[in-house]
Amino acid sequence: MIPVIPLGHFLTVAAILFTIGVFGIFLNRKNVIIILMSVELILLAVNINFVAFSAHLQDLAGQVFALMILTVAAAEAAIGLAILVVFFRNKGSIAVDDVNMMKG
Amino acid sequence: MTLEIAFFYLFAATAILSAVMVISSRNPVHSVMFLILAFVNGAGIFMLAGAEFLALLLIVVYVGAVMVLFLFVVMMLDVDFAQLRQGFLQYAPLGAMVGGILLIELIMVAGSFLVAPEVAGSSVVPFVEGMSNTEALGNVLYTRYVYLFEAAGLILLVAMIGAIVLTLRHKPHAKRQDIAAQVGRKREDAVEVVSVESGKGI
Repeated sequence: MIPVIPLGHFLTVAAILFTIGVFGIFLNRKNVIIILMSVELILLAVNINFVAFSAHLQDLAGQVFALMILTVAAAEAAIGLAILVVFFRNKGSIAVDDVNMMKG
Repeated sequence: MTLEIAFFYLFAATAILSAVMVISSRNPVHSVMFLILAFVNGAGIFMLAGAEFLALLLIVVYVGAVMVLFLFVVMMLDVDFAQLRQGFLQYAPLGAMVGGILLIELIMVAGSFLVAPEVAGSSVVPFVEGMSNTEALGNVLYTRYVYLFEAAGLILLVAMIGAIVLTLRHKPHAKRQDIAAQVGRKREDAVEVVSVESGKGI
């Protein structure tokens, strides 16, 4: 089955999503939660690329890779949010500017 | 054919608009909601590409678990989000510049690349005719990529243990059951026979 939607369409959508994610990190550089969400957007864009190439080249390996990215992204979100909760408990804030306890 | 293209544009437009709302919305709870919308539409794009298993996995695992985790943390932390938005637009020009250059480069790559014919014909794991996507994925995931699969399980285990270790805390004054102390208790520690003289207390 050859997909009817051209590969370039998928890649363009993924590129736009990726850029929005990068821009979000710049825009919300104080709020760690939004930064984590931007990282999730970037990973979604990468997954769209993998799935699009998998469909285009008729190769399942891309979907296996996308599955692994999904796993790592879930683990990253869990650990990131746990660190966030611990940090909030200690500092009472989640601003990135307050993360300066480990400076020498 | 045109129907699929129309649905693709619908999903893509909604995903991009909700992604914009994720990074620009004032309330983080709204951000999480728009992120959920973006992921559901991403699942729609996966579905159109023929990856049904990944599309449903994205909805079940991402929207069902990770996004709920985000929502839980956003609602649990008592943060003054208005204060975090100060200087919101301070880095916007720089971000717009970096993002614009990145977008132009990515779209130039997406518009002009070419898959070499010898690469296109040599799939590592080719699709099998007449086999559903889930079945085909399971067939390679438990055979060819079984070590990768187990490594993924290990990553999730480490993440789970890490999250528990990070957030678990023992309150110093909370009373807890100490089973070893309970079992190791002797009769002499607890009960004492005293002969009491009449007319006097102990």
